[in-house]
Amino acid sequence: MRHSLREAFNRIRSFFRKDPLDQELNQEMASHLEMAVEENISRGISAEEARRQALVRFGGIQRSLELHRESRGLPWLDVLTQDLRFTFRTLKRDYGFTMIAVLILALGIGANITVFSVVNTILLRPLPFRNPQQLVRIVEKDPKAGESSKTYTADATQDFQQRNRCFQSVSGYFAFTGPDNFKLIGNGQPVPATGILVAEGFFQTLGVDPSLGRSFRSEEFVKHAKPVALLSYPFWKRQFGGDRSIVGRAIDLSNTSVTVIGVLPNTFDFGSVFSPGAKVDLFVPYIMDDFRDDGNDLALVGRLKEGVTLAEAQSEADQLFPQLYFDHKHPQIDAQTGKGVYTGQLTRLKDYIAGKLRRSLIVLWCAVGLILLIVCVNLSNLLLARLAARSKEFGMRSALGARRGRIVRQLLTESIVLAAAGAAFGLGLAYVTIRYLAHQGSIALPLLSMVRVDGTVLGWTLLIAVAAAVLFGSAPGGRMSSGNLQDLLKDSGGHGASDGRKHSRLRSTLVVTELALACVLLVGAGLLLRSFLRVLELDLGFEPSHAAAISLDFDDGEKPATRAAKWREIVEHISSIPGVETAGIADNLPMSRNRSWGIAAKGEQKLNDRDFIPVFVYIVSPGYLKAMGMRLLEGRDITWHDILDNRKVVIINETVARRLWPGRNPIGRPAFAGGAEAEVIGVIADVRESGAEDNAGAQMYLPATKQFGPEGAYLVLRSKLPSTALARSVMMALRRIDPGQPATEFKSIQALVDRATSPRRFFVLLVGIFAGLGLLLAALGIYGVISYSVTRQRPEIGVRMALGATEARVQLDVIWRTMQLTLVGISVGFVASLAVSRLIAALLFRTAPGDPLTFAGMIVLLGTVALLAGYLPARRASKIDPMIALRSN
Amino acid sequence: MSQSKLDLLQGTLDVMVLQTLEVLGPLHGYGIARRIEQISGNQVLLNQGTIYASLVRLQQRGWIAAKWGTSDNNRRAKFYSITKAGKKQLAQDTVYWQRLSGVMGRVLAMHGEGGEQ
Repeated sequence: MRHSLREAFNRIRSFFRKDPLDQELNQEMASHLEMAVEENISRGISAEEARRQALVRFGGIQRSLELHRESRGLPWLDVLTQDLRFTFRTLKRDYGFTMIAVLILALGIGANITVFSVVNTILLRPLPFRNPQQLVRIVEKDPKAGESSKTYTADATQDFQQRNRCFQSVSGYFAFTGPDNFKLIGNGQPVPATGILVAEGFFQTLGVDPSLGRSFRSEEFVKHAKPVALLSYPFWKRQFGGDRSIVGRAIDLSNTSVTVIGVLPNTFDFGSVFSPGAKVDLFVPYIMDDFRDDGNDLALVGRLKEGVTLAEAQSEADQLFPQLYFDHKHPQIDAQTGKGVYTGQLTRLKDYIAGKLRRSLIVLWCAVGLILLIVCVNLSNLLLARLAARSKEFGMRSALGARRGRIVRQLLTESIVLAAAGAAFGLGLAYVTIRYLAHQGSIALPLLSMVRVDGTVLGWTLLIAVAAAVLFGSAPGGRMSSGNLQDLLKDSGGHGASDGRKHSRLRSTLVVTELALACVLLVGAGLLLRSFLRVLELDLGFEPSHAAAISLDFDDGEKPATRAAKWREIVEHISSIPGVETAGIADNLPMSRNRSWGIAAKGEQKLNDRDFIPVFVYIVSPGYLKAMGMRLLEGRDITWHDILDNRKVVIINETVARRLWPGRNPIGRPAFAGGAEAEVIGVIADVRESGAEDNAGAQMYLPATKQFGPEGAYLVLRSKLPSTALARSVMMALRRIDPGQPATEFKSIQALVDRATSPRRFFVLLVGIFAGLGLLLAALGIYGVISYSVTRQRPEIGVRMALGATEARVQLDVIWRTMQLTLVGISVGFVASLAVSRLIAALLFRTAPGDPLTFAGMIVLLGTVALLAGYLPARRASKIDPMIALRSN
Repeated sequence: MSQSKLDLLQGTLDVMVLQTLEVLGPLHGYGIARRIEQISGNQVLLNQGTIYASLVRLQQRGWIAAKWGTSDNNRRAKFYSITKAGKKQLAQDTVYWQRLSGVMGRVLAMHGEGGEQ
């Protein structure tokens, strides 16, 4: 209807023009009255009587004004502004209460926003690619050999690309790139850079278009093609100052002239999706013909065709993968089943990335939800205490004509204002935390760099703020609407009356709830912490402390003899630096990347494929094992003679020894390792190579000889000195040997280990903080309730003391009351914790969900803190002077 | 005394105001109030002040317009007049009230006939 639209518009307009409209109405009413008076006088009534009658007929000027306002403006908004104004006034008066309430809420809501934005990014939000639900990661069904079984050979990849019917495209990237595998040579010192080799169509498959320049073309994936590279956005900004003319120019990458063809968009962060925490600087083509003989090295990603389900693609993969050849020249077929060795498990890329974290994140989400619940209970309690103190005010207002609904509305307005303030500060807190997290390279969680405050997060903030306001506002509001307002006015201060007792029962219930919730949080955090400690005390098989690594660069002209001489020169030079205990070189570091070759015990018969076990391989120099702090159990280390004489020797770990030569001494036995025959010269203790919590796998260590070429090289040195103190002299020594050595930083081996345990550390830290917060809030709750009851019982305590009760007796009574509450709270919490700990069992590491030590420890902690919180008011109670207490009554 | 007067039903005052303005032309608030009192023979309970709530409502709906002017005895007053939309609305309201009062009359008459019980 047109007139109601017009009316709504006019009402809103009037709302903002209150003063002029009121003035106009006042004038109108004044002239109205004067006309009435005039008319009355003209009828012969005295002036005074005429005025009186006119006023009577008019019927209340104020009332008319209010009616006028109601029908012209927005009355509900007027009431709201009134309530708000009053709320601000009250909250300002109760400065201390407001501060505490807002602080508690800000912590609770801030924690919730932070965790939600992490959950939202990792679990809920789609990946930042075009139609991300079509993207699929393809790995072996039983990934027993680390990263190598999550990858495929060039031949297998090409066959699958050609024969599948379900995918728009299938592509991949070279999965065994170590950090800083390139050096950018330009002005000044060479800069290390991490480059990923990507197969044809990789960016098209993901749906990522360069923000500058173009993507790779087919002709760039052919052997001897002109080398080209795509830069990542941060690398472009950092190294080339965001210069747009870089496209089409040639740069010197590890002594090769490479043409930059484009820059990828800022939103594309390869590391955060495929290799959490890693920083990737550039991309170069993976030329299949260069890798034909190199085994499994491509990590595959495919984009499903429109309308093809994952199940359809999976059933196709189940048919196709066993038919794929490892290598066209050497088809590998299982002798028993007559089938190929490959399998293919399709997982949606999103699930592949986030799947392992789902459970941890949900636990985190629940923990932070518990915190909010505790915050609400606590605030409820504070508000109830305040309500009791304000009962006279409300009684007075009701006596003056305020309706009950109006008072309840006033209380709810207060709750909402508090929640809004808490949410605002919480949002600020979360914003800072989120920014910190997003720029944290040391936490190896996927997509973490993409965590930000977006619309969804703001929506969530609004939701929890309103939910919190309703939760903590309903108890006081409910009490106000059910209680008798007249009683409030009569009740002098609230003590003695049965209503007061009901009141304190409600508060006690709230405190018990709070304690129980805190107990659950503490036990959960305790269990996770214990698991984390168990992870830390694991025997890694090497000594991460006092060891550091640096990526090496040297020109050996691909000649093993030159390389051996260089390595020897470097190791001997570095070892002679004062403070360096020992040094060695390896082409790989533990817990960084992963690859596997095969090893078999050589016997009489011809070796079959099934005789080989996949092993993780390190190509090392003499001294490496010692520098890493690995323990040689039997035999000897590799020597320079082994390398110079090209001896075929291998060091294996216990796992390999156990599996290939069970119950026999492997030293001196012939093996077939890495495609060549080699003699076992040593056995070392198992080393966890891919992560602290994974079981140690099979490993072997080969000397860098003609047969076993290294891929890159890391110098590892062991020294009691901090690596910063050594950096200069080491770098100088390296530069003397090889002027092209880029200025890479020392990486402490401890940092590598820390990175590997960082997701667990992250969760433990957060849950621990939440538990601490819960404990604090529970203590605050107990303190509030006991303190309040002591205040209420002042006269009673005064009488008892006057009658001869001792201070100790009074103290004991108050503490006994605290203990009762604590015991009930902890009992309820204990039962709940038992249930909850079962739910998080999957997250625990070598810790039973019912771990008695954790339970006992946390319960003692909670009990102690609760008693401490009760002790303060107890002390106060015992210091009550009976004379003063009795007189004040 | 006030108990014998009629309480105004919701919305009736608006119709009375519209009808008064339609018949008598532009009037100020006092004039409208007096006229309604006179026509009703002092039968309705009208606090004159309430007329202003009705006037502002009608104005905001666009059914009447207001303009400051001078009264017969040289007093500044706000004069209200009915608009085109107001006339249309009044026509609708008239039909509605006539039908309602007819129905009410019939219903109450029926009650009178069968009123032995």
